Order: sequence, then structure tokens, then C-alpha cells
Amino acid sequence: MDFSLTEEQTMLADSVSRFITNDYDFESRMKIAESDDNFSTENWHTFAELGWTAVPFAEEDGGLGGGPVELMLMMEQFGRGLVVEPFLANIVLAGGVLRRAGNKEQKAGWLNAIIDGSLQSALAFGEPQARFDLADVATTATADGDHFTLNGQKAFVLNGGSAELIIIPARTSGAQNDVSGITLFAVPAESDGLSRRCYKTVDAHAAAEITLSNVRVPATSVIAGIDSGYPVLEAAINEATLAVCAEAIGIMRTMHDKTVEYSKSRVQFGVPIGSFQALQHRMVDTLIACEQSQSLLLWTALLNTEGSADARQAISALKYQIGTAGRLVGQEAVQIHGGMGVTWELDIAHYFKRLSAIGVLFGNADFHLDRFVELSAT
Amino acid sequence: MNISFTNEELEFQQEVRRFFDEKFPEDIKRKQDSGAVLSKEDYIRWQKILYEKGWAAINWPTEYGGTGWTPIQMYIFSNEIARANAPDMVPFGVKMVAPVIYTFGSEEQKARFLPDILESNVWWCQGYSEPGSGSDLASLKMRADRDGDSYVLNGTKTWTTLAHMADWIFCLVRTSSDVARRQEGISFVLVDMQTPGVTVRPIITIEGEREVNEVHFEDVRIPVENLVGEEGKGWTYGKVLLQHERTNIAGVSRSQNALKRLKEKAALSIHGGTPLADDQNFARKVASVEINLKALEFTQLRTLAAVAVGKAPGPESSILKICGSEIQQELDALFMEAAGYYALPYVPDQYMADFPDSERVGYGGETNTSLRYFNNRKASIYGGSNEIQKNIIAKHVLGL
Repeated sequence: MDFSLTEEQTMLADSVSRFITNDYDFESRMKIAESDDNFSTENWHTFAELGWTAVPFAEEDGGLGGGPVELMLMMEQFGRGLVVEPFLANIVLAGGVLRRAGNKEQKAGWLNAIIDGSLQSALAFGEPQARFDLADVATTATADGDHFTLNGQKAFVLNGGSAELIIIPARTSGAQNDVSGITLFAVPAESDGLSRRCYKTVDAHAAAEITLSNVRVPATSVIAGIDSGYPVLEAAINEATLAVCAEAIGIMRTMHDKTVEYSKSRVQFGVPIGSFQALQHRMVDTLIACEQSQSLLLWTALLNTEGSADARQAISALKYQIGTAGRLVGQEAVQIHGGMGVTWELDIAHYFKRLSAIGVLFGNADFHLDRFVELSAT
Repeated sequence: MNISFTNEELEFQQEVRRFFDEKFPEDIKRKQDSGAVLSKEDYIRWQKILYEKGWAAINWPTEYGGTGWTPIQMYIFSNEIARANAPDMVPFGVKMVAPVIYTFGSEEQKARFLPDILESNVWWCQGYSEPGSGSDLASLKMRADRDGDSYVLNGTKTWTTLAHMADWIFCLVRTSSDVARRQEGISFVLVDMQTPGVTVRPIITIEGEREVNEVHFEDVRIPVENLVGEEGKGWTYGKVLLQHERTNIAGVSRSQNALKRLKEKAALSIHGGTPLADDQNFARKVASVEINLKALEFTQLRTLAAVAVGKAPGPESSILKICGSEIQQELDALFMEAAGYYALPYVPDQYMADFPDSERVGYGGETNTSLRYFNNRKASIYGGSNEIQKNIIAKHVLGL
């Protein structure tokens, strides 16, 4: 058992941390968040130059061969900086599908472009009626010679507005909730019949509702084979869940630290409010929530690194923990900041919104508690 | 980073497991598994078996007869002892007074007291709390007045666990009231329970058992060589002891064991034709504790990893105490829920090992569900209440 980082891992974490400290302060972040752009293209190219966009990919695919621990280290820092650039959507989700199941041509065509920062992509994992169930796919793909025709509606597609390539799970057989019968298609965003309703989210990220109306794609756009998309989809979502949980820890630690500091400087009744036991104990509760969450994150990252049989269940344990602990830490930080905590001006509000969004992403606490129980039984 | 044990650690785990399989007495195991109360003789017999193996004092340095194990080895050992459902060493000698004696005591004290602790020849109890001094321990009033080569003790200690079985007691006493900080007037002394003037009175706790006592001292005369370290430094020594106590207090492997038994019980308990284990509300509560416990296991491992590279367990150990006790108590409450009506019979004789199985009232083999639930409300109160732990964290970790 060894919890120490390798030299490369330490360097990676330091590299992201330095960028956040020097180039991504709250003011710069808010400029991007409040602009009409979804993110800063300049920053994205910096990410690529620094090698971050290559981290999770295999060396033979032009990546750096990083695993869950590397992802965890980067995402914690992205959380600290409230980074809005689409690392999750582009690298972990769409990149994650291509990395796991793309064939040689698909990797050559798209993965290289994702790694060098020139291609934006997205994974359309949700549908309006599906809530958090990945297998609930009503979108259909009908074979038509050496083409497929896609029809349906995709919800909350992260980075969907900026993406040039969108991976669409569609049903090629089976009933609407069947795990089998789902096929993944790589669809260019400019395809005829594909329309997008783009919007920003409460946490200053960007998403889109996507309608597919007789979109024709060649059979070469199938990733992972006909009817066999689900395991790949689930694996990518699992990793993305780990990623947002790590991001959440970065946010929770930052909120907790800022709250403790604030309570030492904010004076009421002639004394710092941090001298009040009612507040001290609540800040101890948030510290404990951070520590317990960090422990589960570490456990989950290590189980997933080793490909343990419990790895999927660990993801749900972690997401439940982050859902409940994140809510506690976020709400307490806002409360202890008093009126300032509910202003747009203060960073606390924006950390809170991102943390709340992460609480929903890929299934909330209740969803994952039930999934944890379900996976215990099997 | 990795999560696996090294080959050496795996071999060590096997060695410990084999030892428990072979040497943990069958009759004591039966008592443990059925939740019966162990006698003093049971404890001594088992602790002497551990002593013969050289494993009585896993936390001591080798020069005093300890194992000198790494934190990971201690972790493995405590997992295995819980897995075997063997009792832990009674802590007052080996885990509490001994570290104070070998860290701060004289050579004579080490030679006189440590071997008997190691061999379980002498039983200790802890004299800290007083009727007027609970969470505010530094307000303690029991006096030790110097008179020639003796101290004369007067006062009362309370909540003294197993005092009725103990041969010796270690006490925090006031040797001076004329000090700037009241903590500076406190000393650490060792008292033979047979000394004239020592009286032990039982306190019956909520579940109806005698576990704790009040110990009265009336003109009890002890030789000055029973003072540990320097006069007036007892508070500092006592704090060291408490931090030792708190890293052990998390009880992770015990709770893991309890969780396993809870799931077994819930699978047996039929409600409306289906096992309670399949009830979604109940399953969610169990899952929530399980997740919290897994987190605590890793919080403890992170603390151990820090200790392994030379960092002392500091105020962070308070986190282990808070979370560990909350989890234990949540599990106790879920056992109550799982037992339904059978949480309610009050048949104290059932806690005894010689109670015939055919006479047992209950379901699923466990007869002490409510005993544990009521008794273990103490977990968030002793060792510094959880609120005191939060004060410690607020001050020493958060700097508030």
C-alpha cells in the first residue's frame, strides 16, 4: 500500500496548479464565463501545448498514458480554478469513447485532432425522458444500405454547441430501456437534419439540446460495433463521474478554506465570527466532509487504476458521498459568508453553483445510492 | 500509488490469520459470537496467549517487549483480530498507562510496571473524570498533598471502567492550586487499589450492567515514587495518552464486522414475506453507513501513511474519533431496527455464556442488540465527547 505520487504525477499536478494560480484567477475566469464564448480557445490551445489534452490517451495513440490518478490530480486543480474549458466533455467523455473503442481510422481521424487541440467533440449521453438512465435510448438508427438514418432527441449535451463531432448513442435493436441494442455513431455537427439549441448552464458551462431528423451517416461512423455501444458508454461515464468528483473535491476544499479564512476576518459583535462555537462546529463538519470525500476519491481512483471488480460500485459510493458532502460544504460556505455568499460578485457563489451542478451530473446522490445497493447484490 | 499489500505484508496477514484460527480459544469465541459477556479470566487467558506469541503490545517499542510493527502491520493485525471476532486487549494497561510510563517514567517504574502489563498479571483502570470534571477535565479537584515521602490523596474519580476488576489505577490529580494555568498544577500518579482509603462503588449504566464505577479516595497514602515524570506535568502526559486512545478509537474493522453481521441479520429478518435486506429504505440506510465506513477506513489509512513517514498523529485523530463513534452508533441503531420486537426483551441472564440456548428469547442468534445500542451511546461521550473533539479540531487544525 502506497499513497505517494510518482515524480511525473507530482509534475503534472504542479503544472496545472501553476496555471490556475498564475493564469486563471477568478477575474479572468469570470471574463470567460460572462462572455458570449463558451470557453477561451486560447486557453484550450495552452492546455494542448502543455500536454494536458494528451494525458488519458495511450502512448500508441499519441497520448501520455495517464490513468485515473492523473485524471484525479488534474480535475482537483480544475475545480480549484473553476475551469470552464471543456476538458470533461471533449477529453474524458468523447475522447474516452474513441480511446476505448475507436478503430484505427477513427483514432487517426479524430483522436489526434482532439489531442492537438484542433477538434471539439461531445458525447450525447442523455435524452429528455431518460433522467440518469444511460440505457434509456429512444433515438433510433435505421440501416439503409451502407448508411444509417438517425432520428431522435438528445438532451443536455455538454459542449454540444462548440462540438464539431458528436457521438450519438442510438437504438439499433431492443426495447427503449435495454442495455443491448445501443450503437454509438460519430456524427459531424454540420450534418443535414441535425439542429442544436445551445445554452449556458448555471455553472457557466455550455450545453445543447440536439434534434436528429433523418440524419444520414455512413456505416464507417459506427464506434464499437452494432448493438455493442453500452459498455463503452458506461465506462466513459464512469470515468467522467470520477473526474467530476475529483473536481468537486477541489471546489469543496477551496470553499472550506475560504470560509474558515473569512470567519477569521469578518467581525461582528466586536469579535471575529470564527470565535463562535456554533460556526466552529459547522466548519469542523465541512472539514470532515472534505476529508471523508478525499478518502473515497483516493480509494475509487486506485480501484479503477487496478481494474478491480469493485471499481464500478466504488464510483457510485464516491458520487453519493460527493452529492451529500458537496451539498453540505457548499451550503455551509454560503451561509457562513452571510449576505456576501449570495452575491454574484463573490467567488463563493460560483463555486457553489458548479458544485451543485456536479451533484446532478451523471446521477445524483439518491441515484448512486440505489446503484450502489444494486451492485452490492450482484 | 497502489492499494495492494506487498508480498511481505500478505505473508504477515496469513501468519496472523493462522494464529487466530489455531490459538483463539473455541469457548471464548462462542461467547463472543453469541454476544455474551466475557469474564476477567477469559480476557486474561486470551491475553496471555497473545503475550506468549509476543503480540500483547503491538503499539510498544521492541525494547520494552513490543512488536515494533509498522503502521500497516498494526492495521493488518487489527483487521484480523476483528475478522476472528477476538476481543481487543483491555486498553487501560497496554494502550494507555504503558506509553506514559515508557515515555515519561523512571527506569524503576518501567522495570516495575511494564512486564506485568505485558503479561496481563496486573489490571489497570483510568482515573481521569470526576463528578464535577467531565469535558472540562482541567478543572479536576482530587488532591495529592505532599507529606514527607508520601502523597496523601483525597477526592473522587468517576466513570472508571472495570475499576471493580482492577489492581491499579492511574490518576490525574491536583498537586498545586497556586499556578498561572490550572493545567500546570496537575500530576500523573499510580495507585494500588488495595491501598487503605480506596473505595469502589458501582454505577449501573442504562442497559442494566456494571461496567463503570465511582472510586473514592479518603486520605490514601502513596509513596512519592508513584509519581510519573515531573510534578505538575501530568496534563501534558495525559494528552499524549488521549491521542493514543483516539487513533484506536475509530474501530473501523470492528464496524466492518458489525456491518457484515447486520446484513446477515437483515437477510434473515422477514417482514411481510420478504427479507428486510430487500426493503429499499433499509438497504439505503445500510448502504449509506457502508460508504461512510469505507471512507473512514481510507481516512485512517491516510493517517497511518502519514505516521509511516514520520508524522505524529495529531489533532486529526479527533476526526477518526468523531466519525468512528458515529458509524458505530448508526450500526447499533440499525441492529435495533432489524430486530423489530426482539430488540425489546430485557433478559440480562442471556448475556451470560452459561445461559442455555433453548431458553433464549430472540431471533437470529443475537441476544444483546439493545444492550449494545443503549450501552454504546457512550461512544460519542467518552474519550472527550464529540463536541470536545470538534473544539480541538477548530482550535488546532482550523486555527479558530
